[in-house]
Amino acid sequence: MTKITSLADLRKIKSDVEAKMSLRERSETPESMVQIRVAMATCGIASGAKIVMDYMINELDKRSIPAVVTQTGCMGYCYAEPTIEVTRPGHQPLVFGYVDAKKADQIIEKYIKNGELLDGIIPVNYENIEGKQ
Amino acid sequence: MKDLALHILDILQNSVTAGATLIELQIDEDPDKDEYRVKFTDNGKGMDSEMVKNVTDPFFTTRTTRKVGLGIPLLKQNAERTGGKMTIQSTQGQGTEVDVVFVYSHIDRLPTGDIPGTLALTVSSYPAIEFVYTHTTPFGTFIFDTIEIKETLGDLPISNPQVIAFMKDLIRDNLEEIKAS
Repeated sequence: MTKITSLADLRKIKSDVEAKMSLRERSETPESMVQIRVAMATCGIASGAKIVMDYMINELDKRSIPAVVTQTGCMGYCYAEPTIEVTRPGHQPLVFGYVDAKKADQIIEKYIKNGELLDGIIPVNYENIEGKQ
Repeated sequence: MKDLALHILDILQNSVTAGATLIELQIDEDPDKDEYRVKFTDNGKGMDSEMVKNVTDPFFTTRTTRKVGLGIPLLKQNAERTGGKMTIQSTQGQGTEVDVVFVYSHIDRLPTGDIPGTLALTVSSYPAIEFVYTHTTPFGTFIFDTIEIKETLGDLPISNPQVIAFMKDLIRDNLEEIKAS
């Protein structure tokens, strides 16, 4: 019979996590972490954005990539849901469409880790030769 | 939406957009009254009576990126499909209450889905908002309160993946204990 999870277990997790966190991690500011925003409006949720968000949170943790994954409202790309916006530190945000768990894995391995661009990027910013429009 | 948990994820977003600092979710399973009730209460900016009437219209939305807002109308439809109903009460500047009742025994009542995951995700995405989730069945009541969780955590962020996993387990185990459906 399994024990019911309770607040006492939370205290144990807190001390475990704090013991493992390095000094550098502790002082890590949000700007130095990868920011991922998952569109969670009705269209996103209905197309499976929750699965993508769960996947991202677990995989980034497993692969020890410092990142902040949050929900956001409709970004306007309902035709391409699920969509996520990925901002690598020091880079412009990129929006990816038609994201499923497999695509999310590619995004982590190729874009987040190596900066390689992938198919399925939705253009958000437009720049011409003179600069931003 | 495939299940109730996804609707909950969706409607909680509405409360967040309204600027709520306290969001309450109450689920009451009452097979004797043949009711499965889900009530959302928030202290966001609320709506005037005109907007309350419009909100169930799929072609009404407050966002600027699109002309449709399907969250409320779809949930209302799913409730009414079981013979239930949805009522919305709101006071501008104070908050909103969305009360949805499903007929418990109706075959069209949506499967419950992953409520622990939904709550854990939402709570961790908005660390500045307090959430109180109360689930009552004929076998007992479970209360999940982020104020308690954050007190125990101290300065460990609620968005930490292990904390998220913990919250999922906490909710799931306790819901099993009260035999939530």
